[in-house]
Amino acid sequence: MNNSRNQILRTAKVLRFQDAVVHIVTFIFASLILLALLAVITMLTWGAQSALSKFGLAFFWYAEWDIINEEHGAFFALLGTVLTSTIALLLAVPMSFGIALFLTETCPTNLRRILGTAIELLAAIPSIIYGMFGLFIFAPWFAEYGQPGLYTVLKYLPIIGSAFGGSTNGIGILTAGLILSFMILPFIAAVMRDVFEVVPPMLRESAYGLGCTQWEVMRYVVLPYTRIGVLGGVVLGLGRALGETMAVTFVIGNANRLPTSVYSPGTSIASTLANEFGEASDLHLSALFALGLLLFFVSLVVILLSKWLISRSVRV
Amino acid sequence: MMNTRLYQKRKIVNWIGLVLSMFAMFAGLVVLSWILYVLFKNGLQALTLNILFESTPAPGVDGGGLANAIVGSLLMVLFAVLVSMPIGIFAGVYLVEYSRQNWFARLVYLATDIMISTPSIILGLFVYAIYVAQVKHFSGWAGVLVLSLLATPVILKSTTNMLMLVPGGLREAAFALGASRWKTSFSVTLRVAKAGVVTGVLLALARISGETAPLLFTALNNQFFSLNMNAPLANLPVVIFQFALSPYENWERLAWAGALLITLMVLFINIVARAFFRNRIAT
Repeated sequence: MNNSRNQILRTAKVLRFQDAVVHIVTFIFASLILLALLAVITMLTWGAQSALSKFGLAFFWYAEWDIINEEHGAFFALLGTVLTSTIALLLAVPMSFGIALFLTETCPTNLRRILGTAIELLAAIPSIIYGMFGLFIFAPWFAEYGQPGLYTVLKYLPIIGSAFGGSTNGIGILTAGLILSFMILPFIAAVMRDVFEVVPPMLRESAYGLGCTQWEVMRYVVLPYTRIGVLGGVVLGLGRALGETMAVTFVIGNANRLPTSVYSPGTSIASTLANEFGEASDLHLSALFALGLLLFFVSLVVILLSKWLISRSVRV
Repeated sequence: MMNTRLYQKRKIVNWIGLVLSMFAMFAGLVVLSWILYVLFKNGLQALTLNILFESTPAPGVDGGGLANAIVGSLLMVLFAVLVSMPIGIFAGVYLVEYSRQNWFARLVYLATDIMISTPSIILGLFVYAIYVAQVKHFSGWAGVLVLSLLATPVILKSTTNMLMLVPGGLREAAFALGASRWKTSFSVTLRVAKAGVVTGVLLALARISGETAPLLFTALNNQFFSLNMNAPLANLPVVIFQFALSPYENWERLAWAGALLITLMVLFINIVARAFFRNRIAT
């Protein structure tokens, strides 16, 4: 009697010990992620410190990038990043909405899964493919047909018209924005479609029962219901666009100066890093680290914003 | 009495909206097909058996292949998955099974989301600073490190999502039968979630295979065939980047072939992961 009781106690001790070991090991693995993030922030700041100590916080809006005279400022790169991402979003969001609408309303049911999968696979294609497509195929086509065409149509508009002047060689901010929009389009469309699909059928049915057309159901019932999720998806797409390197580097022209039109070449933070990193040293390298730090904080703000939006939707 | 004019107007607006959305879908498919067509046309032209057997040629030289790049990429991706899979899965087990969803767990979730959406080039910069700058040379191991940094949060996230779907009753049944905590987590809960976890690993694998920018700062590239992980290692994405932006026609041709190879592999992994997941879920 006593023997079996001792046996049980012994087994229990062994099991408790094993559990403690596993608990500690998995805890260490979990904290590795946290440590990695902290290490990233620390190393970026440390690497950026000589540039930041020379230029101060003004670095982030200083409009100069002279490698020889060691004058560095983030303005051109930041401007390029913001411009290309804005163009990309302006194009991708309405188109994604259209695609999501089509997939959830108009599309015949047997086609839905195939087309949906096609969009998701498009989202999985590595960005360097988009870059190559942009440089070798899209840019020449755009230079010959797209850019002159846009100019002849838009040049009569007061302010926007002048933004479309400039040499039409296919490489530039607009092209980069377009390629970027091709890249984030499937991503945002997939998120929107997922969000539209979980709208309770009862909500849709009641709207149809009241005599709404399909468009009215989308606009007045589905979209308001899902607007926080849609916004979250858009913000995530923005985050991706801001950090995208390869798709932009191929077609943005890599010119560290102020763009005079959307056709002129520019640069983005990520493409500056990719292009100049190989031969950078000392102050130049530190300036690149400072750019990296800036990009990190911009994407941090974007992800926190999207998390806040999503948390609000859960409460609602 | 129906207000016919108002109804007509609503019908027209509806029609315009639906046509525009169909146009958007069509435009999206046109772009997709254009990209894939161009990729296949240029890639298949350059795809010969030589690609698999010869290393990258010198500038201006004809012929050559992508063997060193393919092998280098496979090595780095394989090691990265070997490192990130246990870390991601075990950390996921901790977060779901052991932590009581306290502040620490919430912090780790936040950190994971931040790492996932951080641009990969920033992580490349980080590994450069802590490894390459310290040992004063580029290295395949640095490439493995940055790819693991990219893959681990993805695997962690999908593991936690899958583990949270496992019904609590299953765990309680195991406890009632006297199983220890770790045995329940690994032999019961994780086993049930296995399909989803494997899918997550496959998707992370697909994602890191196509990453270029972080490798520019870590493994760089190597013109010759090498299995030395402690030195610059050839890899497909960087080779494509260098060759595509060069003026040499042979290099451009090889860049297309490499692009096609990467795309095929990524698409294949994605399709397999989805089919695998759907089958398991169906049963």
